[in-house]
Amino acid sequence: MNQTSKRHTLDPNKWIDSYADYLFNYAIVRVNNSDLVKDLVQETFFAGLKSAKNFEGKATERTWLIAILKRKVIDYYRKINSAKGKAEVRMNFYEEGENEGCWIEERVPQTWDNDTDKLIENEELKQTIDQCIGHLPEKYAMVFRMKTIQEFETEEICKELNITASNLWVIIHRARTQLRKCMEENWFNA
Amino acid sequence: MRNIMFKKIMITCDEATTICDKGQYGEASFLEKIKLNFHFLLCKFCAKYGKQNKTMTAVFKMKAGSCKEEIRCLSIEDKELLKRKMQEVG
Repeated sequence: MNQTSKRHTLDPNKWIDSYADYLFNYAIVRVNNSDLVKDLVQETFFAGLKSAKNFEGKATERTWLIAILKRKVIDYYRKINSAKGKAEVRMNFYEEGENEGCWIEERVPQTWDNDTDKLIENEELKQTIDQCIGHLPEKYAMVFRMKTIQEFETEEICKELNITASNLWVIIHRARTQLRKCMEENWFNA
Repeated sequence: MRNIMFKKIMITCDEATTICDKGQYGEASFLEKIKLNFHFLLCKFCAKYGKQNKTMTAVFKMKAGSCKEEIRCLSIEDKELLKRKMQEVG
């Protein structure tokens, strides 16, 4: 294909000023770790430079760069997903035996004292939520944040991370059960 | 027949709370909601979970709202550093 026949062209000198914030935002709502996101953005630009000669000009350069970043986000999810064993949430229900599916006694929901008083929006509450989310294994935190804090559609998350809807609900369920317990201990009954 | 119907509607606490969580996003099906409410009648732990879950959802919504207001971008220093690195590579 002749260079001039391309509908879109690349101009790497302008990438950072034009797209760095856009890419950063794309990744931060998914990964929520600014150091890591900076690395992902940098890797995206480097990968873009490296494969610039393969750019066919069919998409805009922004779309093209986002496609690269998208793959980096999936790679990251796969990495945290395969870090098994150390990255599991605390179980709340028996997993086998005659009590399978029943609450584990010490994880049963406790009564909260005056929860309406404790619902006033303030910094302390937000910090406690952040801490509790921070205690989740990375995989659970990522899916939970995307669904609940960033309010992505279920379909969108499943497509991006290549997981099934039932897979997503198991992750959300485990995350929420652990967060409930954490908020109970550190906020509602603290 | 009645026995089969009964078995179909019976779910474990783990399943019930999973449906309850799904319901917080408005994504539980009609049948799931029937199973859940039936389970709530029999299980006070899950019923409590259900009640508290609404509070948790309110807390998360509050958090989501404040996150939307945040504008996060790269600092000028970060961008300058990135530009230098790009020149080295390019």
